Amino acid sequence: MRPLVATLVTAALLFLFFVPMLTDLVGRPSLLALACRILIYAMAAASLNFVLGYGGMISFGHAAFFGVGAYTVGILYAHFASGELLFGFIPGSNQMLITLPAAVLVSGVFAAAIGALSLRTGGVQFIMITLAFAQMLFFFFVALKAYGGEDGIIIRRTNELAGLNMRDRVTLYYVILGFAVLFFLGLWRMVNSSFGAVLRGIQQNERRMAALGFAPYRYKLYAFILSGMGAGFAGALMANFLRYASPDMMHWTKSGELMIMVILGGVGSFFGPIFGAAAFMILETFLAGWTEHWQLLLGAVLLVIVLATKGGINGLLARIFRRGA
Amino acid sequence: MTILAIDGLVKRFGGLLATDQVSLTVEDGEIHALIGPNGAGKSTLINQLCGEIAPDEGRIRLAGQDITNMPVPDRVALGLGRTFQITSLLGDATCRQNIAMAVQARQGGNFRIWDRIAGRRDLWDQADAVLDGSALAGRADVVVHDLSHGERKQLELLIALARQPRLLLLDEPMAGLGHAESQDMIARLREVGRSVPMLLVEHDMAAVFALATRISVLVYGRIIASGSVAEIRANAEVREAYLGAEDELC
Repeated sequence: MRPLVATLVTAALLFLFFVPMLTDLVGRPSLLALACRILIYAMAAASLNFVLGYGGMISFGHAAFFGVGAYTVGILYAHFASGELLFGFIPGSNQMLITLPAAVLVSGVFAAAIGALSLRTGGVQFIMITLAFAQMLFFFFVALKAYGGEDGIIIRRTNELAGLNMRDRVTLYYVILGFAVLFFLGLWRMVNSSFGAVLRGIQQNERRMAALGFAPYRYKLYAFILSGMGAGFAGALMANFLRYASPDMMHWTKSGELMIMVILGGVGSFFGPIFGAAAFMILETFLAGWTEHWQLLLGAVLLVIVLATKGGINGLLARIFRRGA
Repeated sequence: MTILAIDGLVKRFGGLLATDQVSLTVEDGEIHALIGPNGAGKSTLINQLCGEIAPDEGRIRLAGQDITNMPVPDRVALGLGRTFQITSLLGDATCRQNIAMAVQARQGGNFRIWDRIAGRRDLWDQADAVLDGSALAGRADVVVHDLSHGERKQLELLIALARQPRLLLLDEPMAGLGHAESQDMIARLREVGRSVPMLLVEHDMAAVFALATRISVLVYGRIIASGSVAEIRANAEVREAYLGAEDELC
């Protein structure tokens, strides 16, 4: 199984590398934008999967961190453009190597606050409280007229990175791909670390872990913060890609979409969220082009995948390859 | 030296006195058995000792330290080990991984996100040392879901031992075991009892009489008798309490 996975990952990376050429070849450059969005949503969904799949915490408010990451980039850009200091002492920035870490940091702080309160509950209450916090943030940004209210912030130019021409769509694609590869390498390390083992233990049997001397709350909060940071990172890239940040990014339906991606791809699997994000975005794009009632069809597809496969697309693929091998 | 001292413990569920002024001790080198008919409040008592239920009155001390209101993980860190009556394991993990998790809990460093769990050599060596010579030695890489009931009971004990506790609370380790498995478990517990003091809650009287250095009898939440195996066997009150409920005391 191991060498097979390595082969498939190499093949997938090669494919991703050649995506810009392929979209040119078939004469559909808009597909390149789709690929960018898939990569970004894959990171957001994988972040959610870290708490939901590996940690067993059903967070229904992860779009909040996605949005906070996007707004960090947007607000820093707005202050860069206007030259005014944020809170009177923070200068704005349009440098990606500053805005991305800032977005990760800020979303981590939000995740720490929201997680510290939400994780005192469990089950359905946890779902509702994370949802409530996310909606509070949504309405906060809708009311935040200084940064565009419900229209959000326009980012006139994508952040700069190492002198690259970020207006070039292909360059931007490779930048996003590069960050995605780094992101998933980091996630791979975390999942297979000492902490990753504890997190999976808590997901399987919290009572047992407590009886071994692990205080579940602390570990869950740590996972929640890491997960929020990941979602914020994805949001920051999305703001750079779309060149705006708006409250819609943290609407509860976005949290729902992230959750659908995770379930579609395979809860608690490493590659699942990537498959889920790809399947969701591709279905959305093509079904929406075909009929305006695309969500109805999407619902049907989701139903079939959940009922007919064990463990989503990832589970399905694993079974196909195992049978073939 | 007294490892565990329970003093005047009381727990009420509504009008029901589940634990009624219970006081007992577990000394070094002792296997203290707690017996009693169904519904006597044995599990309630165990759960108060572990910290899953808070007592209404009384004190619990572990090696001199008051743990009455301490959260579960803190008690475990002080050396309180337990096994569950209904086994509670990491179901998707192998025997080896389950034991390694206990070693990991003891070793610490568990907030590390940038190391490799597979590369913690010391962790796996210690897990293998616990497995070596045990009944599960040949089943190290079997997933818990595929283990028999008896094997799970064995694994419960191994996990508790891997944590290197100063005191073991055993909640019916014989429950549901076949005759041969019971004999294995008794032999194993006798061996463990030489180094780790235990509070043994058990229904299987043959096991209790084979293992215990002291027996306390719990009826309706109250300890009605406490003494050596011979004393308890000869105690009229105990016979009556047992024969009233079920004729188990053979």
